[in-house]
Amino acid sequence: MKKTLHILFFLFFIFGSLQVWAKTVTVCNSCSVKTIQEGINQASEGDTVLVKKGVYREFNIIIDKSIILLGENLPTIDGEDKGEIVKIVSDNVTVDGFKIINVGTSYTSDYAAVRVIKRNGFLIQNLELEKLFFGIYLEKSNDGKVLNNNIRGDAVKEYNSGNGIQLWYCKDVEVRGNNVQNVRDGIYLEFSDNIKISHNISRNNLRYGLHFMFSNHNIYDYNTFENNGAGVAVMFSKFVEMNHNIFKENWGTAAFGLLLKEINDAKITENVFKENTVGINIEGSNRIDYKNNDFISNGWAIKVRGACYTNNFENNNFLYNSFDISYNSNLNDNKFDRNFWSNYTGYDLDKNGIGDVPYRPVKLFSYIVNRTPETIILLRSLFIDIIDFSEKVSPVFTPDNLVDENPKMKTINHDRS
Amino acid sequence: MLKILKYSFYDLMRSRWSYVYFLFYLLLGVVLLFLNNDLSKAVITLMNVIIILVPLIGTIFGVMYYYNSREFTELLLAQPVKRSSIFLGQYFGVATSLSMSLVIGLGMPFVFYGIFNSSAIWDFSLLLVTGAFLTFIFTALAFVIALRNENRIKGFGYAILLWLFMAVIYDGIFLMSLLYFEDYPLDKFSLVATMLNPVDLSRVLILLKLDISALLGYTGAVFQKFFGTNFGLILSSVLLIFWVVIPTFFIWRIAKRKDF
Amino acid sequence: MIEVKDLYKKFGKNEVLKGIDLTIDRDGIFSVLGPNGSGKTTLIKCILGMVLPDSGQISIDGKPLKNNFKYRNEIDYLPQIANFPGNLKVSELIDMIKDLRDSKATKDEELIDLFKLQPFLNKKLANLSGGTKQKVNLVLTFMFDSPLIILDEPTNGLDPISHLRLKNLINAEKEKGKTILITSHILSFVEEVSDEIVFLLEGKIYFKGTIAELKTKTEQPDFEHAIASILSSSYA
Repeated sequence: MKKTLHILFFLFFIFGSLQVWAKTVTVCNSCSVKTIQEGINQASEGDTVLVKKGVYREFNIIIDKSIILLGENLPTIDGEDKGEIVKIVSDNVTVDGFKIINVGTSYTSDYAAVRVIKRNGFLIQNLELEKLFFGIYLEKSNDGKVLNNNIRGDAVKEYNSGNGIQLWYCKDVEVRGNNVQNVRDGIYLEFSDNIKISHNISRNNLRYGLHFMFSNHNIYDYNTFENNGAGVAVMFSKFVEMNHNIFKENWGTAAFGLLLKEINDAKITENVFKENTVGINIEGSNRIDYKNNDFISNGWAIKVRGACYTNNFENNNFLYNSFDISYNSNLNDNKFDRNFWSNYTGYDLDKNGIGDVPYRPVKLFSYIVNRTPETIILLRSLFIDIIDFSEKVSPVFTPDNLVDENPKMKTINHDRS
Repeated sequence: MLKILKYSFYDLMRSRWSYVYFLFYLLLGVVLLFLNNDLSKAVITLMNVIIILVPLIGTIFGVMYYYNSREFTELLLAQPVKRSSIFLGQYFGVATSLSMSLVIGLGMPFVFYGIFNSSAIWDFSLLLVTGAFLTFIFTALAFVIALRNENRIKGFGYAILLWLFMAVIYDGIFLMSLLYFEDYPLDKFSLVATMLNPVDLSRVLILLKLDISALLGYTGAVFQKFFGTNFGLILSSVLLIFWVVIPTFFIWRIAKRKDF
Repeated sequence: MIEVKDLYKKFGKNEVLKGIDLTIDRDGIFSVLGPNGSGKTTLIKCILGMVLPDSGQISIDGKPLKNNFKYRNEIDYLPQIANFPGNLKVSELIDMIKDLRDSKATKDEELIDLFKLQPFLNKKLANLSGGTKQKVNLVLTFMFDSPLIILDEPTNGLDPISHLRLKNLINAEKEKGKTILITSHILSFVEEVSDEIVFLLEGKIYFKGTIAELKTKTEQPDFEHAIASILSSSYA
């Protein structure tokens, strides 16, 4: 009761203060205030600058006080390729409802459509970004939100294109419901902690759908990463949780659904990896739980390279992958248990739903392909089936102890609603 | 030729073997689909069947039909019919009836299962088309062998050897040579070696649909072009046609010069 | 009219025909005789175009056979072993051969009647006995009205009544002014029907002429002995 009262009082205070203190500056082509920068200049802390529909040819708009910059019916800000367009240099700024186009491309500075520099409490939402270099660039800024933006680039080459949403030395930021396509990296994080990235769609990007390094304690869930040049790369980070994401159709010579490099203490659960060249590529990553994931029709469901310790694969579905697992090192203490493997051919006499014969997910042929990649052309040949079979009967080349002792007999039903 | 084709075809359509073949595929389709209830897995299993079994059946059936109809062939030879028409007619009769057993036998259970409403329809059609191609190729090769060998035992022997070679031994040699020469660029070699064996060719054609994600993992530029674009699909299909045309040409040539 | 000139044929190392010259320019019944392996069947198959000669020429009615298949419309041929696609019915086989020859003037019903084949018309050929198959074979041969008839061992497996009917049939065809070429081992049959005989020995024509001429030449009183004397003299 006391709490409710508090909230009511708080709300009353805010509305009251808005009514009393805040004013609205309106910007339009026929108003007295014709440019957005002028509107911002006229506003004071806590005011709203309302921009009506129209095209505003401006760049280097600097927001230096805590205001709400609100677009009505999606006005367009056209930077005419001259440089950065909106720069936020104050705390508690909201930018909402604009279409921002023609960010300048430079080889020396990373021009962005919207940049936040060393400020807290920002809210950037409902933007449409097109013809951009960098999209939304957060620099040493905390406690903000980036919501429901639509970023559509036209990147062709990696060297002269930028990232959709970039976080650099940020903390406690939520990135949700954005749709990023055709840029270099869809979402890029470096040295950023406690970030929550969810319900985003990142696809057709030149390099990575999501790319992060040195960023700890982050949560990624309910995102879709599709048809990106090299998939999703996560490196040198700790305590990461990746749940309920979809990684699909990341095809190519160095492409994967998810690349884990030097990742420790992560949880990867309830994800779907579908039709990637490599579902998950794991290098030097330790103490990771892979649970309840679906690996469907990938070239390799999982490739393990280098020393990885205490990776647990439990309760996953491995369906129709060309290769389930490929190892080029020792098994170490990694474990496979209670997964469903569509390639499993054993039986279940005691009807407990678990196959009576252990499953060996590494085939001899995957070793051969590792050694001589051209041999991939012999995939599914009868001869290969024969040598795989003989290897299965008496393992010589594949790690003897790499088995799933309790392979499930039926596809595990994961609720993905 | 069409008349001969028609009669050979009618003859075969009534033969017990056609039914056995047809029922075998029907049963296979039903078992794969309704016991397993998994379309994707069924398509993969089917691929193995098509790549291994179809050539075997085509070869044996072709040789068998040729030897069994020798006297009938002689009867036909005395009729005012062109020689090449007789043999090509018989060949197409056998190959068509085998292909039909395959396509209808496998097609029916899949149609009842609802393949038309499934995304696997293309994979499945490709499988059937490839199967039909393999039937035509191996029946033609069988005819060539039979025409060349009067002795049935020898003919059967060579036919089985041919199948064994194409289906298993070839890939073994192929793999060994890839491993042996692994220090050299091998992507062109491996593509050419694939093209030279219709079994491998068909397998790769199906791989293009089933395992494209794995195939694209390889870095060679030639592979990339082959697998990454429609180039591979088109080239493989054209070569499959060649694989039908060339043995058929041999049937025609040998038949023209042969004594009966 | 058949004209064979300088015909050579060998299978591998085995020379079967070594220069055959043969002209048959009148109607009547000609029997090709000779011991096993003398080249009878090969000669006939050459005429039919089933065996391609190594050298030499064959022409029928003045037209050379090479790269020609239409002339076979003018020939009725009875192969030695009657074996047909087993899954066809007798009637279907007859229809099929008719279809292949595009020929309408047939006497198939008459012949079926003659050999009492009606009960078998709807049976599959695989289920017929050897004799019945031979009868079907005869029907297929005689149902067309071609000027040249070639019979390779026509009496194989026939019962005495059918044998008799066959003889009548052959004679009837001869009456129509056709040329009939027969190979047979059964000398009594040959003696009975032939106007002339052609005797092949080791790939060459040893004798061509009437039976009477043969008897005169070998100075033997009957046909069988005449043949026997040729064989014994050649192998002596």
